[in-house]
Amino acid sequence: MTDHRLLRWLRPWVFPAALVGVFEWYARRASALGSDALAPPSAAARAFVGAAMDGSLWQATGFTLGTAALGLLLGALLGIALGVVLGLSRRAAQLGSMSIEVLRPVPSVALIPLAMLGFGFGVRMELAIVAFATFWPLLVLVQSAVQQVEPRLLEVSRVLGLSARERAFKIVLPAIVPRLFVALRLGVAVALVVAVTVEIAANPNGMGYAMMIAQQSFDPALMLAWLGWIGVVGFAVNAVMLQLQRMVSRRMGVQP
Amino acid sequence: MKRGDERAAMNRLGSLGVLLALIALWWVASNAGWVSRVFLPTPQATFASLLEGLNLTGDSGNGELLAFTQATVGRMVEGWLLASLFGVLLGAAIGVSPSVRAWVQPTLEFIRPLPASALLPLAISIFGLNPGMVLFVVAFGAMWPVLLATVHGFAAVEPRLSEVARCLQMSRTAYIFKMGLPNAMPDILAGMRLALTIALIVAVVGEMIASQTGLGQAILLAARAFRASELFAGIVLLGLIGFASNALLAFAEKRLLRWQQPD
Repeated sequence: MTDHRLLRWLRPWVFPAALVGVFEWYARRASALGSDALAPPSAAARAFVGAAMDGSLWQATGFTLGTAALGLLLGALLGIALGVVLGLSRRAAQLGSMSIEVLRPVPSVALIPLAMLGFGFGVRMELAIVAFATFWPLLVLVQSAVQQVEPRLLEVSRVLGLSARERAFKIVLPAIVPRLFVALRLGVAVALVVAVTVEIAANPNGMGYAMMIAQQSFDPALMLAWLGWIGVVGFAVNAVMLQLQRMVSRRMGVQP
Repeated sequence: MKRGDERAAMNRLGSLGVLLALIALWWVASNAGWVSRVFLPTPQATFASLLEGLNLTGDSGNGELLAFTQATVGRMVEGWLLASLFGVLLGAAIGVSPSVRAWVQPTLEFIRPLPASALLPLAISIFGLNPGMVLFVVAFGAMWPVLLATVHGFAAVEPRLSEVARCLQMSRTAYIFKMGLPNAMPDILAGMRLALTIALIVAVVGEMIASQTGLGQAILLAARAFRASELFAGIVLLGLIGFASNALLAFAEKRLLRWQQPD
């Protein structure tokens, strides 16, 4: 019985441990043959501890997470606002549909050079691109959530003579909260991916840039440490959002 | 019926009007100098750059953008095809056996949120700066949605169907082709659509970082040289690529999944 539980607890770790082991062996053999392109995971772990001790790890992580969060806030506010409008009014949705179809497929990374031109390097360019990238999924998901609001609730609001603003804040927004959190979870994942991508491609700040600079200065151990850390941060943020989303839907009485 | 058609046509016209109004706003904003032309070129300048770059003006065009577009689209499609192939193969291999799933899936879930572009530095240090490296990262990054969707599709096979397969003593290959893959098809197609978007993004980022010929490098160089109209022409082309590829796949999805819809 206890054996079984131990197995279940250990099972997820076996495959990654095997991968790391193979990589360790391969990287050691490669560096013994004189290659400095790769480092074994043990060296990466040492580099990770070093970065954590001198504070560069936390500074870069804070920059990326903070910028991603602010950009998401901006993109989500705009996306939710427009999504509610387009969800409530069929006519507005139809009028806007072609513009949305044309603008939405523009890949967010295509705006990196434009943001560079307009804002220079730093927080603002990354904010703009994250906001653009998160705006579209939130707009689409919120619009469809609003369209699925129980029609009787809207009838009630009409009977009560609520103004458009009151209808949005008292009826529609509370009704879409569970779906809104599903959309926000997707938005968080997009925001983090886009933030790291912008840093790798252009912006000299944050985790993506730290990894890029480690590669360019031939420090493969540090580069692998950053890669692993970016994976851990992404996993942790997504796990927290999933918990939050489940908690919200449970409190709102929706079966997940 | 007829009135419905008329109304739909009116709606199309109306939404086209909104789009034209947005372009008109762009025209006014750039021509009246509300926004500096260094950042926002006029629509006509963008259009002229587009025509020249695509060699549509006759003899004066240099045709550069056409070559860049071909390079980017080629990279995206090749990477996407590789991603789809390996994603389905690996996904079927993992998904078909519940015990393999139990051992491997937690690792897959861990890698899922990792940005594909974060693999670029690693790939550069292993393969160097060459087109193959970018193609590898495009394929690897785009493979995840297909792989995870395939695993999910296989895991979600109705248990009774699996029982039927056991009763009929189907071989594992027969099970994969007759039950698993048809059942996973909607998931796989949805994953492939997401994969195409990722392939385009990673191809552009890869071209920017690794200086490979393509639209990604072209728009970065245009921005560095403050040639805003060429930058916008590149962005317009990338938008068109995204739009066309998405529309094609949505159409293919509809055709391929016709058997699901009751008539």
